[in-house]
Amino acid sequence: MKKISDFKIIEKQTWLRAALLRLQCEERLPEIRGGQFVQVRIDGGQHTYLRRPISIHDVDFQNNTIDLLIQQKHEGTKILCSLPVGAMVNLVFPLGNGFTMPEQNDEILLVGGGIGIAPLLYFAKTIKSNCGNKVSFLLGGRSADDLMLLERFREVGDVFLTTNDGSLGEQGFVTQHSLWNTKKINKIYACGPMPMMKAVTKVAKDKDIWCEVSLENQMACGIGACLCCVENTTEGNLCVCKEGPVFNINRLLW
Amino acid sequence: MVNTEIKLKGLTLKNPVMTASGTFGYGEEYADFVNLAELGGIVVKGTTLHHREGNPYPRMAETPMGMLNCVGLQNKGVDYFIETIYPRIKDFDTNVIVNVSGSNIDDYVAAATKIDALENIPAIELNVSCPNVKQGGMAFGVTCSGIEQVVRAVRDAYHKHLIVKLSPNVTNIADIAMAAESAGADSVSLINTLLGMAIDAETRRPVLSMVTGGLSGACVKPVALRMVWQVAKAVKIPVIGLGGISSATDAIEFLLAGASAIEIGTANFIDPAISAKVARGIVEYCERQGVKDVNELVGGLRL
Repeated sequence: MKKISDFKIIEKQTWLRAALLRLQCEERLPEIRGGQFVQVRIDGGQHTYLRRPISIHDVDFQNNTIDLLIQQKHEGTKILCSLPVGAMVNLVFPLGNGFTMPEQNDEILLVGGGIGIAPLLYFAKTIKSNCGNKVSFLLGGRSADDLMLLERFREVGDVFLTTNDGSLGEQGFVTQHSLWNTKKINKIYACGPMPMMKAVTKVAKDKDIWCEVSLENQMACGIGACLCCVENTTEGNLCVCKEGPVFNINRLLW
Repeated sequence: MVNTEIKLKGLTLKNPVMTASGTFGYGEEYADFVNLAELGGIVVKGTTLHHREGNPYPRMAETPMGMLNCVGLQNKGVDYFIETIYPRIKDFDTNVIVNVSGSNIDDYVAAATKIDALENIPAIELNVSCPNVKQGGMAFGVTCSGIEQVVRAVRDAYHKHLIVKLSPNVTNIADIAMAAESAGADSVSLINTLLGMAIDAETRRPVLSMVTGGLSGACVKPVALRMVWQVAKAVKIPVIGLGGISSATDAIEFLLAGASAIEIGTANFIDPAISAKVARGIVEYCERQGVKDVNELVGGLRL
């Protein structure tokens, strides 16, 4: 069940180019799957007429809170990151299909690049509670600044890191990490910038590993009505907001 | 009690609020947010005789208080609509109206004929104004002779309420509306999107895959309101107003300008529950103003 609800920002943590907002709602939250997203209403900008799709970083059903990890990019996300504790935001949620739950014996690698690390935490938590699998994260950024909240990820699984400048973890891109040569993996879930996801897709295809990626095509409605955010797939143009944002790589024409 | 019922020829709306084609899917997408029974009607996604993939991504650019799109009528064709979608939506407790488009007159007629046979579709909205398809679409809607040809051909084949959706990208919208009226339209709806463009200064490239696209959203409202006013004075058939309507106040302004009903489009993306809120807001306005019948507002502009 999708909802429109007002949330209050009850906690906030900020970094140079990002912010973590903890949003609390007075109503009970509906069921939320890992990899789903919210559409946030942003007031006050000249170019913030449409809502902004933001992936769900974490959920607490006891306290009715949703965490959003947001990268400041353009006017909309800058306004969102500048909102103070106590401010209200309106969400349409939960949207999209989310990642496919793995099987119990799967060896799972969750690959995140930049702000694409955001949806992996909640998904990993749902994997643990549903199937009990151990998960590993492979997180990459340009520099150490891009890799936030690592302690949260470490609570849920093993964390492997890469940075382009070598300031944290192994130097290079996520696809260059040494774990690809040593670790047994039979399911990959990836979210990040397009070049990263295409590189991960190539690795998965070369190694014949099952893989899902989460896309972030520009959206207007977020619920499959306007057909703006389409991705050309093996089944033709599909709405990333409704049929995605998560797609198995075999459905993509990459 | 305020009477909100609007009677158009062969089409009774329980209130003047409908949703605009291309912004409300097939209604199902909004079922979690809106009780469709609260609406006068929904106009479902543009439907063509044959399957259309639409234009490549990117199809959207945000603008101040609005957006550009170049979706290009992506749909699976009228037969798919009839077989797969119609059974799911035919029993909605509101008028389900199909927006029909084509790239030549024969295609318009063929699609309209097929929809004529559907018992629970009381009207079609003929789209002669889509700016995002290469052939047909807007090409028919920007000349009096073009619109007369396509409306006359569809009129001969289609026996229920025929709405003709007009393009604002013309020199004189009243002339176009009169041409649609003389060719047999039962009503006209306006405006479709305004042709626009967006450029990314950093990359020096167009933002949209088709370079140009249709502008919609709150920013187009003054233009739409002016055109509705001009057309309502020029034709005898009812006018359905749309373009940037985002609140009950906006809707009432269109009724005062001469619209008998209104459609809500892009505002559905900002607030998926807006359509029912507008329907309720119109009643509240009438109660506050002592208006007993919404029809009294139509063309009620005090000059």
